[in-house]
Amino acid sequence: MTALLVLEDGRVFEGTPYGAVGETFGEMVFNTGMTGYQETLTDPSYHRQIVAMTAPHIGNTGVNDEDPESGRIWVAGYVVREPSRIPSNWRSRRSLDDYLRDQGVVGIAMPGTRALTRHLRERGAMRAGVFSEGGDVDELVERVRRSPGMEGADLAREVSTPEPYVVPARGRKRFTVAAVDLGIKAMTPQRMSERGCEVHVLPATVTAADILALDPDGVFFSNGPGDPAAADYAVETLREVLGERVPFFGICFGNQILGRALGLGTYKLRYGHRGVNQPVQDRRTGKVEISAHNHGFAVRAPLDGPFETPYGAAEVSHVNLNDDCVEGLRLLERPAFSVQYHPEAAAGPHDAAYLFDQFCELMDEKKGAKDA
Amino acid sequence: MPKRTDIGSVMVIGSGPIVIGQACEFDYSGTQACRVLRSEGFRVILVNSNPATIMTDPEFADATYVEPITPEIVEKIIAKERPDALLPTLGGQTALNTAVALHEAGVLEKYGVELIGADIDAIQAGENRERFKEIVAKVAAEHGLNAESARSVICHSMDECLRAAEELGYPLVVRPSFTMGGAGSGFAHDEAELRRIAGAGLDASPTTEVLLEESILGWKEYELEVMRDRNDNVVIVCSIENVDPMGVHTGDSVTVAPAMTLTDREYQNMRDVAIAVIREVGVDTGGCNIQFAVDPKTGRMIVIEMNPRVSRSSALASKATGFPIAKIAAKLAIGYTLDEIPNDITKETPASFEPTLDYIVVKVPRFAFEKFAGADQTLTTHMKSVGEAMAIGRSFPEALQKALRSLEKKGSSFSWAGEPGDLDELLAACRRPHDGRLRTMQQAIRAGATPEQLHRATSMDPWFIDQLFAIDEVARSITSLDRPTLETAKRHGFSDVQIAEILGVTEAEVRARRHELGIRPVYNTVDTCAAEFAARTPYLYSTYDEETEVPVGDRPKVIILGSGPNRIGQGIEFDYACVHASFELAKAGYETVMVNCNPETVSTDYDTSDRLYFEPLTLEDVLEVVHAEQETGPVAGVIVQLGGQTPLGLAQALKDAGVPVVGTSPESIHLAEDRGAFGRVLAEAGLPAPKHGTATTVDEAKAVAAEIGYPVLVRPSYVLGGAGMAIVYDEDTLAAYMARAASEHPVLIDRFLDDAIEIDVDALYDGEELYLGGVMEHIEEAGIHSGDSACALPPITLGGFDIKRIRAATEAIARGVGVRGLLNVQYAMASNVLYVLEANPRASRTVPFVSKATAVPLAKAAARLMMGATIAELRAEGLLPAGNDGGSPPMGAPVAVKEAVLPFNRFRGVDTILGPEMRSTGEVMGIDEFFGTAYAKSQSAAYGELPTKGRAFVSVANKDKRAAILPVKALADLGFEILATAGTAEVLRRNGVHARIVRKHSDGVGPDGEPTIVQRILDGEVDLIVSTPFSSPGQSGPRLDGYEIRTAAVSRGIACITTVQGLAAAVQGIQHIIRGDIDVRSLQEHARRLRN
Repeated sequence: MTALLVLEDGRVFEGTPYGAVGETFGEMVFNTGMTGYQETLTDPSYHRQIVAMTAPHIGNTGVNDEDPESGRIWVAGYVVREPSRIPSNWRSRRSLDDYLRDQGVVGIAMPGTRALTRHLRERGAMRAGVFSEGGDVDELVERVRRSPGMEGADLAREVSTPEPYVVPARGRKRFTVAAVDLGIKAMTPQRMSERGCEVHVLPATVTAADILALDPDGVFFSNGPGDPAAADYAVETLREVLGERVPFFGICFGNQILGRALGLGTYKLRYGHRGVNQPVQDRRTGKVEISAHNHGFAVRAPLDGPFETPYGAAEVSHVNLNDDCVEGLRLLERPAFSVQYHPEAAAGPHDAAYLFDQFCELMDEKKGAKDA
Repeated sequence: MPKRTDIGSVMVIGSGPIVIGQACEFDYSGTQACRVLRSEGFRVILVNSNPATIMTDPEFADATYVEPITPEIVEKIIAKERPDALLPTLGGQTALNTAVALHEAGVLEKYGVELIGADIDAIQAGENRERFKEIVAKVAAEHGLNAESARSVICHSMDECLRAAEELGYPLVVRPSFTMGGAGSGFAHDEAELRRIAGAGLDASPTTEVLLEESILGWKEYELEVMRDRNDNVVIVCSIENVDPMGVHTGDSVTVAPAMTLTDREYQNMRDVAIAVIREVGVDTGGCNIQFAVDPKTGRMIVIEMNPRVSRSSALASKATGFPIAKIAAKLAIGYTLDEIPNDITKETPASFEPTLDYIVVKVPRFAFEKFAGADQTLTTHMKSVGEAMAIGRSFPEALQKALRSLEKKGSSFSWAGEPGDLDELLAACRRPHDGRLRTMQQAIRAGATPEQLHRATSMDPWFIDQLFAIDEVARSITSLDRPTLETAKRHGFSDVQIAEILGVTEAEVRARRHELGIRPVYNTVDTCAAEFAARTPYLYSTYDEETEVPVGDRPKVIILGSGPNRIGQGIEFDYACVHASFELAKAGYETVMVNCNPETVSTDYDTSDRLYFEPLTLEDVLEVVHAEQETGPVAGVIVQLGGQTPLGLAQALKDAGVPVVGTSPESIHLAEDRGAFGRVLAEAGLPAPKHGTATTVDEAKAVAAEIGYPVLVRPSYVLGGAGMAIVYDEDTLAAYMARAASEHPVLIDRFLDDAIEIDVDALYDGEELYLGGVMEHIEEAGIHSGDSACALPPITLGGFDIKRIRAATEAIARGVGVRGLLNVQYAMASNVLYVLEANPRASRTVPFVSKATAVPLAKAAARLMMGATIAELRAEGLLPAGNDGGSPPMGAPVAVKEAVLPFNRFRGVDTILGPEMRSTGEVMGIDEFFGTAYAKSQSAAYGELPTKGRAFVSVANKDKRAAILPVKALADLGFEILATAGTAEVLRRNGVHARIVRKHSDGVGPDGEPTIVQRILDGEVDLIVSTPFSSPGQSGPRLDGYEIRTAAVSRGIACITTVQGLAAAVQGIQHIIRGDIDVRSLQEHARRLRN
């Protein structure tokens, strides 16, 4: 059986069905990580995206119970070159193929993953469809073109938790954190919990009043899918939080929301950053972090120095050395900062884990000031 | 932090001769470093005793010292050149040890030389196992990481070893401190083995220290290549996983990059540990590697070791990822940080990133056990391979099968021909790690093995075993030559040869059908970023995939075929020739295209040629590269004569396929290689060859030998490279040899000229004019393979008349054969007759030596001749000297001595005697004004300083006794105490040399406990050994004594001279050392005398 991957510009790749049989639509993106497929599949930020892995062999270590970043697979479709025939790892519980099938995720195994990547690099991210049983190509292209795109899509609400829940602090509780789930990954509250934070994970549409009612030491906005321009509700909430001078930390989508709250614009990158090898420079120390990325949008902000915002001066704290993309924002007069990449790093290197410590320091300072 | 401006000159130390565990990967790293340093405006002073390296080309440094890498000599160079800084991390353990010695002797401080790229304390922390263990424990505790060290005990004596064994239990790993390539290490399963292995290990360690540790045999094994800059930015360049689990040295393991069987959590834990460890160790800047073992059942992770320098693995990682570790390390050492260095391949992105691969890289080792009869062929923690091949594919099966065929060794590739053999026997064989174990496993699969059985036998990860099953399934599905079958087979790396074998058709039929269907490989780029960014540096590999990425060129192209994996007889010398051709032809306006599969080399640096194809050197793979290049522009020529036997063997088939082979034609190559045809060339030129004949039976052989006269040189006709050759002095030995030799193939019998002087010549010929590159006179007697023989250039005993004869003979052969380019001829001069032994119409092993000794780049000139230039034109250009040639060096030219380096310390139990079969892995050059000093330097570079006092043991064969008297007398006059066995002592006494009589090994210990000579050697009582062979192999008695003596010499590392000619040269050298007139001079200084 020949499965097809069809792009909206008419390019078609042939392969064999992988995972569930059926058809699926989404934004076509590629991920360059060589490890961490389980974390990638379960990352809510991939909602409505068809993800192609550039690393050829996928599924070698099977699927275990510890590594998922959420309760389900979020990718809309999965494209790999060489699916593993067997899982091999002492923690593995099932094969990736079974996992995809159980969750109804349509995939395709095809030789042309590099050609696909080169195509997306040259022409930018675009809509695509995977069709396990093939079909008339012209008709399939037409159907892909009719599927919804990513720009203007408000998806955070679709992936967020319906009800608040609490991740208790590990060891002695030091802080209460209100974490707004715009598509949060399991590792994020865990990284805070390890540092003594009791994390209250809240739905995307939570109001500022609800947040402040928790009397949090800090507020956190997570990563998430979709176009930040379509999440005005989150922007409004954050503005109120900033107004109260509660320490704030944001990741990925949270960084874009901070940018918009500060009056900055966001834009869609041609083909996004998705991988675990991106060099980000901390502009204060000059040090380079190898970091995990998953973003198709970015914030537009002045790189040449501090700039004014309704909340006082701010600056670009981190920048991507590959393309000078803004990777972090910091308010200079209020306790708020955010990064575009993933310090929780699952999957990915742990170089940026210090940012959670910085968040704790901000909360500590605020607490100290309050107690004094 | 930009480049440092407070230093102006940097000394780089190379790694010396190619030995097992330290090969041409350090030429690659050193060459990169020198290029970087010079382009950054530093004055570069290079020390390396190995003339075959590219780094020792005068153009790569401002002052190039081909001198022994000993602390004494390096100090002399430092005193003379006064470098500001020393960069010791790119020349392997040799350079690092030398730097530590110079530091400890106070030399660096005395001359104000700053160590850059390394920190003495970090070197010691990394290499001192006890300190390293503490570091691992500390970082694991501080960062909450899963990491520990194997339980172990440091021992300084055998008693301590035995006590530790009681505590840890058997089996145990024995690891000596401060040795390279795992020398002296091994597994001890019981006390006897412990005594043997730990005893040798204590000896091998310069600090008399060994570590005994718990066995982690069968665990998964990984390696990370790490880079750190002075701003503490750290990146992991590459992860490498060993397909062979713990127990086999990484250098002998099949390895794959990136790691295939780790989850992200496990990989990130490993990454965190690696970074924390190198920070804690305090690695200054540069590259280092760190090795891990993971328990496949629990994930418990053990940090095995780290090397604070670039290594064989970093060369592999550089080639595997396109991230040039040595080049970046050099930049970091002079002050840059990673974010300031651009990624060469993308140009747009910085070096402060981690390469990501969208392909699979497999490395396989190349062994040479056939050269070392009697060696234990089981693979252990003690490295035994002599080379490696790497291949790239878009899947593991594709990369693995390409890698196996890159080995160019019969029986390396998977095969489905014939019967697989008995399952139980195959499984038993799989239990013992050996050369070709994957193939044994593949045969076991054919014989019905289950994945579980193979896993139990090998402990290999089930994922790798499943990949072998996947390959086997594809093989079984090959029943016709239709499109789906061919596409599937090609995507799994099957060659046309394999498919043909399975279907019982010819390779040509498969290829024709495949081309008819348009099924051809595409060429993908190694771009460090999985296509996320556009790549500017064309470094390509073939794969059966969607899109080809070969760029369109605008100049005529020349394709140079490299020499494949290093092996004995074909190594770095050929890479040197290929790289030179590439440089020179680029200068001459061609677009240069390199094809090779050896990751250790300079030729496979993406910087060397305009385009690099990392591909096996088989007919199919080369034809596809030629096709791909022809699709994008005209190919002016394919060069086959510089990469040794590998490309030469393809010449005729390439030509038959319409490929424009340039230089000496395949037909001419045949003229030189075919015995009968070459005989006719010689007859026409009126040149004599030693009498010869062939025989298939004992009686025939006796008759032939009687006709041509003893001694005779015998060899089977079906092998190349001197394998199975022997010199036979009498009828009985001949009969024994014939009985052992296979009967269906005739044995070639040549008159052996035992009193001859052997001469090696490298020459250039353009069809009109001959350029005699150099005439080398062997120092050892005839009968020793030219690759193993020391030689001198210019010849030390030949006169002008002899050179004239040699020139005339060489010209006649060049003309008769039809050479265009390089020609190597071996002669023997006996009783004033010049015999032609053989001619090779290609680059020889000695080309780099000759080029350096005469300051003339022969390989560059050869490349130009092949593309149509004439010697007259090259003389006019200045590439060749205007007037003279290498046969007529100017008055006062220095004498260069080449000495071979042998791997006997790797293969205990193998006789160390030299013979007609080549067994050396590398070479050194000593160059000086006088022969004696040059020889002393060559010995010092190869084996360590010649002794200047102490005891010399002399035992020579009867035929050598007369010639030995004078040099032995000279030794006695220099103050040596002479020891000899009774027979030799008696001859010496009659000639006025007093020698103390010692017991032979075969005499056994004396009645009053007098030790035998072997015991005395082992006890360290002897400083110099002269032991010449008594007869050909296969006999007992005195010959066996020599064997025991030489074995003892190897295990104690004592200078052992096995020829009288070598003895005479050594005596001259010792005289020079005693007089203290050993001076150092750079090649650039020598060149001024040679070329003006």
